[in-house]
Amino acid sequence: MKKLLMHRAAKPLVFVLCLLPFAWLFYAAAADQLGANPAEALIRGLGDWTLRFLCIVLAVTPLRVMTGTPALARFRRMLGLFVAFYALMHLLSYVAFDMGFEVAEIAKDIAKRPFILVGSLAGLLLALMAATSFNRAIKALGAARWRRLHQSVYVVAALAILHFYWMRAGKNNFSEVAVYGVILASLLGWRVWEALRKRRLSAQRPARTKVGNAAALQKR
Amino acid sequence: MHFFHRDNGFVHPLASEITSRAVYEDRRNLLRLVAAGAAGGTLAAWAGRNALAATERAGKLAPLAGMPSKVPGAMTMEKLTPYEDATSYNNFYEFGTDKADPARNAGTLKTTPWTVEIEGLVKKAGKYGLEDLLKLSAQEDRIYRLRCVEGWSMVIPWVGYSLSALIQRVEPLGSAKYVEFVTLADKATMPGVSSRVLEWPYVEGLRLDEAMHPLTLLSFGMYGEVLPKQNGAPVRIVVPWKYGFKSAKSLVKIRFTDKEPATAWNKAAAQEYGFYSNVNPEVDHPRWSQATERRIGEGGLFAKRHKTLMFNGYEAQVGQLYAGMDLKKNF
Repeated sequence: MKKLLMHRAAKPLVFVLCLLPFAWLFYAAAADQLGANPAEALIRGLGDWTLRFLCIVLAVTPLRVMTGTPALARFRRMLGLFVAFYALMHLLSYVAFDMGFEVAEIAKDIAKRPFILVGSLAGLLLALMAATSFNRAIKALGAARWRRLHQSVYVVAALAILHFYWMRAGKNNFSEVAVYGVILASLLGWRVWEALRKRRLSAQRPARTKVGNAAALQKR
Repeated sequence: MHFFHRDNGFVHPLASEITSRAVYEDRRNLLRLVAAGAAGGTLAAWAGRNALAATERAGKLAPLAGMPSKVPGAMTMEKLTPYEDATSYNNFYEFGTDKADPARNAGTLKTTPWTVEIEGLVKKAGKYGLEDLLKLSAQEDRIYRLRCVEGWSMVIPWVGYSLSALIQRVEPLGSAKYVEFVTLADKATMPGVSSRVLEWPYVEGLRLDEAMHPLTLLSFGMYGEVLPKQNGAPVRIVVPWKYGFKSAKSLVKIRFTDKEPATAWNKAAAQEYGFYSNVNPEVDHPRWSQATERRIGEGGLFAKRHKTLMFNGYEAQVGQLYAGMDLKKNF
């Protein structure tokens, strides 16, 4: 497993896999295979994939820790960038195909439909994270500040669920919202639980040296 | 024979027998409308035949054709939505909430035998078999715009006749003010009915004069064939000047009442879906504008949205039904 994950071709392969849903949607749109309302199908498809990639990227760390495969961390940044990519495409197709680039109409729509405001906010946060995803940005921001900024991915998750919930509220149809909500909530729950556990651990053994702590972390 | 009368030769009309000016003028208007309709109807019939000829019958279901309708406004001359789109993009929550669900799931629906029950404030209550309903009046072709509250629209050639033909036949009592439509809710064949998205069965309603309007259609077919199941087979209502959800599908009961019916969407979200639900670009849905609409089947991804018309473009025909009403309040 580790060998596979560390393979030279692993990253390019994951990249191509991540691009597949977009390629499919792009092809279907071009070939007029998106059904009776192609604009709606495209916007929804891109939104669905944004949520899916959000779940995937947030699952990386829990998976890494639980299965003891640190090599998984190699893919996290790329997966995160794909979240931002699909979100941006989702937003762009709304602007282009739903609103026909009419700025005044878009402004009215945002005022009228809070779910669009919430979605745009999530998109903005994702864009900020994407723009600061490279190594030099970490250095420039300082690790702590950078970490705090990128922890706002949980805010994005919450906003995305709210966005989806409000969108579906008109139909009273929350089954899909519930699925994504449960997945994202349990991924966040795991983080909280993990953080609490660590805090308890360090409270129990205050005498532990820095070196010891680092060793314990590495073992996991 | 006036001499023999008590008032010495002249019969004075009772006050109640004098036609009021308003009613008199209404009749004049109606006559004018009928006259315009007769002239327009001939033209519309001709245009309609051409429009219908442009799309061939899909050849998937039993044929059902009618004579082009002469009802004013019944033959819009817009380009028809392709049959494929009209039968694959549907809201019919009894079969699921996704637009593709009805076409996917409606195959299980059993449409024969089928009866529609007439009940409530009506002289000739009872069960009417589909065969009898089909023969009750001459089938007409009508091309209506259909506007969904979600902001999309279609142009569909229906087959059927004015609901008023049925209503007149069953003779509602003078106390009847509303008509309630109840549609099938069969757990065994309709997977959506076990969900709690709406309260089942789906109920819709009209004021009696709206139901009597010649444009209100009792429909048995579309595109020259019997209705596909996902479009409300075997019999449905079509009210072209109201948002699509007012047009109840797969009808099993028509009830005449003196109270405004509690309709399914109004019960689910009263602030979003009023009883009247007339297409009105000036009354936004609480969460989106109703000023424009996307015409399904028109030019794909880059098609421009259409401006939505008051009463979906049927203002000339139905506007007088709402004279004096505040349509912002009675949305």
